[in-house]
Parts: sequence; C-alpha cells; structure tokens
Amino acid sequence: MKFKAMTAIAAVILTVPMWAAADPDDDNLILNGETEMTTKAAAPAHLADVMDEVMSGWHFRSDETQMMQADDFDNPGMVFVENAMNAWNTAEGSEGKSCADCHGDVADMAGVKPTYPKWNEDAGAVRTLQMQVNACRTERMGADAWKYDGGDAIEMEALLSSVSRGMPVDVAIDGPAQKTWEMGKELYYTRTGQLELSCANCHEDNYGNMIRADHLSQGQINGFPTYRLKNAKLNGVHSRFKGCVRDTRAETYKPGSQEFIALELYVTSRGNGLSVEGPSVRN
Amino acid sequence: MASDAKPRVKVPKTAAAGETITIKTLISHKMESGQRKDGDGNLIPRSIINRFTCEFNGELVVDVEMHPAISTNPYFQFDAIVPEAGEFKFTWYDDDGDVYGTTKKIAIG
Repeated sequence: MKFKAMTAIAAVILTVPMWAAADPDDDNLILNGETEMTTKAAAPAHLADVMDEVMSGWHFRSDETQMMQADDFDNPGMVFVENAMNAWNTAEGSEGKSCADCHGDVADMAGVKPTYPKWNEDAGAVRTLQMQVNACRTERMGADAWKYDGGDAIEMEALLSSVSRGMPVDVAIDGPAQKTWEMGKELYYTRTGQLELSCANCHEDNYGNMIRADHLSQGQINGFPTYRLKNAKLNGVHSRFKGCVRDTRAETYKPGSQEFIALELYVTSRGNGLSVEGPSVRN
Repeated sequence: MASDAKPRVKVPKTAAAGETITIKTLISHKMESGQRKDGDGNLIPRSIINRFTCEFNGELVVDVEMHPAISTNPYFQFDAIVPEAGEFKFTWYDDDGDVYGTTKKIAIG
C-alpha cells in the first residue's frame, strides 16, 4: 500500500513538465538603488551571425541571488573589495610606494576595467588587468608579483572592477590585439576533452537550457571577478575557464597562460556593451 | 586570533516612532569549525564567533548563540521596532575572548 502511494507521488512528479525557469528573466538590475546596469544589450557586430542579444549571467540566477548583488551591503564580494582597498593604500616593495602614491584615489581608476584585456605597446602583448597590476608591482614598486588568480590579485581586480560598475565593457579587438583575439576565437570554437565540447556548444548553442541541475548562461564574463555561493570566495575568470575545460574532461591550460589570455579577450569582447558588474554574485 | 574581524552594520538614519526597521549586520570572520585538518593531519582548532547581540538603549533586541556549522563572515538580518530616538549597540563574542562592537544612532523624524 505504502509502495503504491509512493509510486503515485513519483508519477505526479514525473508528469510535471520540465521547468521553463532555465530561461533568462527580464528583471532589471539597479545597483544600490541608483546605478542602472545594462544587463541585456544588442550583440556586438562580430557576433551578428550567431546571436541578436547578449545578456549577463545575472539573468540566469534566482531572484534571491540577483538581489544579493543589487546591494553592496548584501554582496559578499564587497568584503574582498574592502581588503583590496587596504592593499591599495599600503606601500610595498623596494620603492616604498603604494598604488595610491601614483594613481591617487581608486575612484579615479573608473573606466580602466572595461578596456581590459588590452594591447600594451611596451610589452608588445595583450595584457589582462592582473598582468598590468603585476607589471606595476614588479617594475614600479619593486614588489613581488602576485600569483595569477590568487587571493591578493583577485581582490585587487575586484576593487578595480567595482569602481567601473555600470560602465559598458569596451575591449578593442582590432589593431595589434587582433591576432590574440583571433586565437581566442579559435579556442572558443575548438572542442576539447573526452566529451568533445567547445565553449560554443554550451554557451552559444544551448544557453537558456539546463546542464544537469544548473542553468546554462551565455558565459559572459562582464561580472568577473565573481563571488560564487558554492565556494564563498571571489573567482577569477581564468580559474573559471579552467573549471569549464576540466569539465569537458580535458587537460586544462593554466591561469595566466597565453591561451587563457586570448580566450579572456575574446569572451570579454562577446560582452561588449554590457555593464561591468564585478564583483557579481553567482551560484 | 581573528585580527581581520571587522563589523559592518546597516541601520536607517531616521525612522518614525513605532516604525519597524530592518537591520543588516555582517562581520568578517573565518569561522573555523574545528572539524577540519591541516596538511599534516592535525586538527585545526575551532575559532568562531559564538554569540551575537543587539541592544537598543540598553534593552536586548536579539541574542544569538552560534555554533560551528555557520559559514564564514556571518550575516544577520532582523527587524526591530523603534519607539524613540537612541542608539543600537551591536556586539560579537569571539571564541578567543575578543569582543567586537559597533554602535549606530537612529533619530526620530
């Protein structure tokens, strides 16, 4: 009898249609009740053939998670931003200089994050924001470089991102950066691992669908560094790439590698026009 | 021990007399559970905030006892009725005996 009742319940559950909730919602993100964020935008020209609209991963999260990001007090990522604020004002290295000694108030750095990764003429290469911070540390401060995507580096990236929130992502993909961008595009569409999945298979062909128990977003990185509820810390974009590539059951590239720098430039460019959100809150 | 503990509190600056307001609090703290082991297999000693209180003009609003299953940077949100102008006093008690506190004034208007 009991068994029959249970199978009846199971049958009811099975007949409920698959939740349509995997689709992105239409909520608006207003930061601290003042800054209106662009979380949906017309796709940049280079994506014209594959999609009409780009949208932030914010739309794919539950209302509760969305609300956490809308208020700085509720956003756990801001605790790490405060840590970086201390680092910003702390003199380090043989030159006895802090970030603030050259750059002044961190609020003056608004507009920096949206343009990275960016071509650096002196280095003759595309640099991510973390690489630029490390160049400052080693060349100007005489301090040790921070580990790529390590705690210090990711907190500083979050601080620099936080002052640019609301500004549209705008990375250059032409000129000297084009070669790196092409490499990133190649990687984006290259299938890897035993599962033979490319970034595009999930984030271009199947966003809005479920991947096991989770929602597939467009894989936009305008919200990085991201505070993830699953590990209660800030996550760097290269570490996130690594997690994705690992999940295709492939040997991954390393955070800070040429491959991930190129991929970061390419994936960032797919979100040109969306607001900078970092530190965002995700699952 | 937890030198990085830093309290943060969000209270409205003003309220109507008798109004119910929402208070948000957060303290950065590693909340080491005492269950984990380090690389050599030794137990990492427990170090958590074990009690949190909020008082308004000397009267207790909430008194929370905390145990090891609470994750890092504990966050509390609760409502309080404000009968008169005064001061909220927030206190966190660490396992190592440290006490962290902060206060917030609220006006009627």
